[in-house]
This record gives sequence, structure tokens and C-alpha cells, in this order.
Amino acid sequence: MSDITHHLSLITYMNIVVLVKQTPDTAKLSARLDGLQLSADGGARIVNPWDEYAIEEGLLLQSKYQGKVTALCVGKAEADEALKRAVAMGVNEAILVSDAALSNGDSLATARALAAAIRKIGAVDLIIAGRSSIDGNNAATAVQVAALLNFNLLTYVTKIEGIDLATKTMRAIRAIEAGRETVSSHLPTVISVVKEINSPRYPNFMNIKKAAKAVIPVWSLKDLGLSAAEVTPQVTWSLTLPPGRTAQVELISGSPAEAAKILVDKLMAEKVI
Amino acid sequence: MNVFIWIEQHHGAANTASWEALGAARQLANELGGQLVALIFGDKVADLATQAIQHGADKAIVADDPTLQAFRLQPYAALLVQLLQSHAPHAVIFSASNTGLELSAYVAAKLGVGLAADCIGMAVESGKMMMTRPALVGNLVATVTFNGAAPHLISLRPRVFPMPTTDSSRNGEISAVQVKLSEADITTKIERMEEAAINEVSLTDARIIVSGGRGLGGPENFPLVKALADTLGGALGASRAVVDAGWIPYKHQVGQTGKTVQPDLYIACGISGAIQHLAGMKTSKIIVAINKDPEAPIFKYARYGIVGDVNQYVPALTAEFKQRLGQ
Ligand SMILES: Cc1cc2nc3c(=O)[nH]c(=O)nc-3n(C[C@H](O)[C@H](O)[C@H](O)COP(=O)(O)OP(=O)(O)OC[C@H]3O[C@@H](n4cnc5c(N)ncnc54)[C@H](O)[C@@H]3O)c2cc1C
Ligand SMILES: Nc1ncnc2c1ncn2[C@@H]1O[C@H](COP(=O)(O)O)[C@@H](O)[C@H]1O
Repeated sequence: MSDITHHLSLITYMNIVVLVKQTPDTAKLSARLDGLQLSADGGARIVNPWDEYAIEEGLLLQSKYQGKVTALCVGKAEADEALKRAVAMGVNEAILVSDAALSNGDSLATARALAAAIRKIGAVDLIIAGRSSIDGNNAATAVQVAALLNFNLLTYVTKIEGIDLATKTMRAIRAIEAGRETVSSHLPTVISVVKEINSPRYPNFMNIKKAAKAVIPVWSLKDLGLSAAEVTPQVTWSLTLPPGRTAQVELISGSPAEAAKILVDKLMAEKVI
Repeated sequence: MNVFIWIEQHHGAANTASWEALGAARQLANELGGQLVALIFGDKVADLATQAIQHGADKAIVADDPTLQAFRLQPYAALLVQLLQSHAPHAVIFSASNTGLELSAYVAAKLGVGLAADCIGMAVESGKMMMTRPALVGNLVATVTFNGAAPHLISLRPRVFPMPTTDSSRNGEISAVQVKLSEADITTKIERMEEAAINEVSLTDARIIVSGGRGLGGPENFPLVKALADTLGGALGASRAVVDAGWIPYKHQVGQTGKTVQPDLYIACGISGAIQHLAGMKTSKIIVAINKDPEAPIFKYARYGIVGDVNQYVPALTAEFKQRLGQ
């Protein structure tokens, strides 16, 4: 009997990795824009808002199927704050991949580091990412992790309908331009999630205490068996401020009917109708 | 230095953004002194090859097979990787639709090459491609250059590049390519597809968007915004505040955590213009704002503004447009 239960517990155990990026807090950015004093890496930092949905989905799946949720981040030392947030939400483990050679990484370099870390974590069933990061906004990193690991990929997932750990299959609904697609996939699979999928929880008191005490392990490229050459960025980004807006708004006054008439004239003249 | 363009299709029709991207790719091929080759994957899509040539491609390569009917990453990526390896183009252009973003990123990783996603500008300076794209929620502009080996993969934001003109007298070579994977090799299956309503204008493709925010006062007033959108044949947008409040479904959300849109006309009704909302719409060609607060940040980005109550001014606008458009 004990053999059977052991076997059952094995097949219902899920190893989930959630990809969490630390990004600038855009809510704080507006103030910093005054006087055009904006620095790309200064300012308050948060968990990429999309990734909170990824963390939540990992936790929901864990309570349904049992297993472990590990939050994984490539970032600078201060990115351990983002991972502590993940711990406060309830993930079991968090790992920071940090290395000077990754600091100017493009999505592929980041994906290579993430893929190597996932290999090191071991037999992973499901990787959950956000739809995109609010600073990079490539919607590429998680896709590239799937490519590098040869895992299946389901992007823009709005609902996980079910996971069958015995047959290693899952079914999910994706929101794509053409509509809603129900699709099945073999595990291991990488999914990226959109906002509709859940509502991220607030950390509870116990987990906040746990997060405060947590020491987040840091893996370097060497720990991952990667050389700096393997994470050489293939593209370079150089940042500039956008041209200032010179045009002034033209305010239209009058009663609703009067203003509507003037505005419609103007828009017709602009030939946008 | 040849340029490849991947044409995205749905039920055998190419999406408009793919033709826009083809127009930009044509220019790039001219500047690089190479040929433009269109790649068409699907089921019974031979027609699209002729269309691609009429839109400006020199050649087309077609993979026609039932396994390619709807987009699935596995068979599409396998084909694309093989074609890029055997033809070694300098650049490959995609439209930055959900599918284009996904396929380009995946193939870039498989080939270990650079990717510039969601670009809004493209130039060649002394043989080097310089791509521009918004960064950090539109607060900065990034110029992206490629350091590594070709092919360089690029996706272009829809509705930014002009639609190319067609020339029905253009001729080009059309060749066929065999699929790489059979159905048995493919480990994802599409079980069901609930198509988006035919008469619903999608936000990303819309020429005109009318959006509503918390200033409407309540969900019962959202039909005012919808009536204006319908009158103009436009799409319906919303701020996150009203999506979160449950006034309207998430698919209408514009902004940093919603859709990025670029219509010719964006009418913001009762929307304050928070930085995260602006991130999704501030590059619209003409922005009109209706807001009772003259200090609302949206007015800094608007071409025309009305300071007043949306619940009065929006219906007045709808009525005026109806009359002018003879509805
Ligand atoms: C991480 C993050 C991501 C976000 N992502 C997005 C996003 O993708 N999209 C998005 O939109 N927001 C997003 N937000 C939220 C954003 O910060 C704002 O809270 C939101 O855009 C505000 O919506 P609103 O303009 O409808 O509401 P409010 O800011 O409350 O503005 C309502 C406006 O209506 C005006 N008004 C009130 N009554 C009337 C009336 N009777 N007639 C005319 N005008 C009236 C008011 O003057 C005010 O300007 C995000 C926030 C965060 C922190
Ligand atoms: N540095 C990173 N560390 C961990 N996960 C990341 C990192 N960058 C991106 N991701 C994941 O990949 C998703 C897409 O990011 P992006 O390609 O930057 O738009 C994010 O929502 C994260 O889940």
C-alpha cells in the first residue's frame, strides 16, 4: 500500500517555476519625468506587474495539485526585493541569478541564464511567466526560455482548464487576436499569463515575516556553467528622451451642441473620419 | 543582402499589419540592395503569394499544408528555422502582433540571433540597421542596433508603417517548400476556437478608438461611449480603472497592462491620462480629450480638448457625427 501512495504522491507533485522580473515602478515615474530628469535605472522598483499574475497562478496550481513553486529572477543584487515579495505571496523558494556579465543583457541573454537555472533546478513541469515586462516589453524572454529548453509554449493564457500529471498533459485557454483558443499541450510547458487569469493575493502576515528573514540564494554564471561569451547581447539599446511635445491642445468651448459642431468640423478637416 | 518578410494569415487572409510590414521591408531591401522574399505558411494559401508580390515582394516561398492551417508555434518555427538556415537572409521582418512577437522571439532563440521587437522606426546608416522603439512605458526612445550574426529579426508595430500600394502587373517567382513536421510530431493541439465577433473592431487594428474612463460616473453610462464608437465605426477602449471596477471587460483596456494602440483618432472620455494609460495610446495621430478637469494630464497630449461633462458632450458629439455622416 505504501508503495502505491508513494507512487501517487509522486505523480501528483508538480514542480513549478515562476519567472519574476524586477522593473521600475511606473507609478513613481511620472514625478521623475518633471524637468525631464529621467534615469532608466533609478527610482523605485517593483515586481513586474504581469508577473504577479504568474506568481498567483503558480500558488493556485500548487494548492490544487501539490508541489513546489520556485520564483526565479535574473537581476542585480537589489532584485532580491522582488523575490522577497514573491516569498511574501507564498512561494516556497526563490533564486536570484546575478552576474555582472548579465547587466546589459538582451532578452536572449536573460533567457539563456534563466534556462540554465531551470536545468539546474531539475525536473520542472511548468514554467509560468508574465505576458511581458513593463520596461523591456518584448514579450520575448519566456518564449525564448521555451525555445532553449525545447519545452512547449502557450502564450497569453487566460485560464488553465486542467493538468493531468499522470499523462503529463495540460489544457488551457489562450486569448489571441483571432479569438479564444482552447489548446492542449504536453508537459513540460512554458506559459505566459495575462491579467484575466486571476487576481494576485496580498501577502499575509506570516509570509511577510518569512520574507523579511529569507536569505535569497544567488547563482552566478559560473554556478550555471555559462561563460560570459554565451550571454553576449545580440542587440544594443541606446536610450534617449523622446522629442518634447510642442503642440498645444486647442480647447473648444461652448454648449455641448456648439462644441460638438466645431469639433466635428475640425476632425473632418483633419481627414481622420 | 536579402530581406525576408513573414506574412501572417488567418483563414487564408493576410492581416493588414503584415502588408504594412511588407512595405517597410521593401524599403529596407532597397536600401540594403537585396531582394525581398515573402514567406507564406498556411493551408490553401497560394493566393497570398501573388498578393505578396503585388504588394512589393520579389519572390514568395509558400508552405501549404493542413498542419499549418491555424498558427501553432511548433510547425511554424520548425519551417522558419529551416528556411532561414538554408537561405541566410540579412533580416527577417514580422508584424508585432501577438503571433509575430512570439514566432520571432522563438526563432531568434533557436538561431541564437538578435531580436528588435515592436519597432516603430527603421533606418539604415552606412549599411547598419537602426531600429527605434518606445522604452520604459513610452518615456524613453530606444535605438536598437544588432551586434551579432545575421539574420537580424525585427517585428514592426501595427499601424505605424504605411500600407504599400499594390501593382497587379508585378511578377515574381513563387516556390513551394515542404513542411518539416507531420501532425504526429506536433505536441500541441488546438481543440476549440471561439472566433472574435466578426462585427467587432479589434483595438489594435482600429483607425478610430473611443475610450471611456471613471469620469463616466458608472457602468450605466458606458453605452454613451459605445454609441460614439459605433457611429464612427471605431473600436471601444477603456482605462484600467473602469476595467478593474467591472464596468467593461479587460479586452477593452488600453495602456501599459492592456493593449497598445495607434489609431488615427483616439477620443478619451472621462480619462485622466495617467502615465500607464498614456503608454498605450499617446502615439495616436490625433487625440481628443473630454474631461471636466482642465488640469487633467490627458490635455497635455491632446490635439483638441473639451472641458466639460462627458455625459453631456459625448451624446452631443454622437448626434453631430450621425447627422454629418448621414446616419
Ligand atoms: C502597474 C500599473 C499598471 C497600470 N496599467 C494601466 C493600463 O494599462 N491602463 C490604464 O488605463 N491604467 C493603468 N493603470 C492605472 C492608472 O494609473 C490609472 O489609475 C487609471 O488609468 C485611471 O483611470 P481613469 O482615467 O479612468 O480614472 P481617474 O484617474 O479617476 O480619472 C477620471 C477622470 O475623469 C474626469 N471626470 C470625472 N467626472 C467627469 C465628468 N462628469 N465629465 C468629464 N470628466 C470627468 C476626472 O477629472 C478625471 O480626470 C495602471 C496602474 C499601475 C500602478
Ligand atoms: N530578468 C528576468 N528575470 C526573470 N524573469 C524575467 C526576466 N525578464 C523577463 N522575464 C519573464 O519574461 C516575461 C516577459 O518579459 P519581456 O520579454 O521582457 O517582455 C516577464 O513577464 C517575466 O515573467
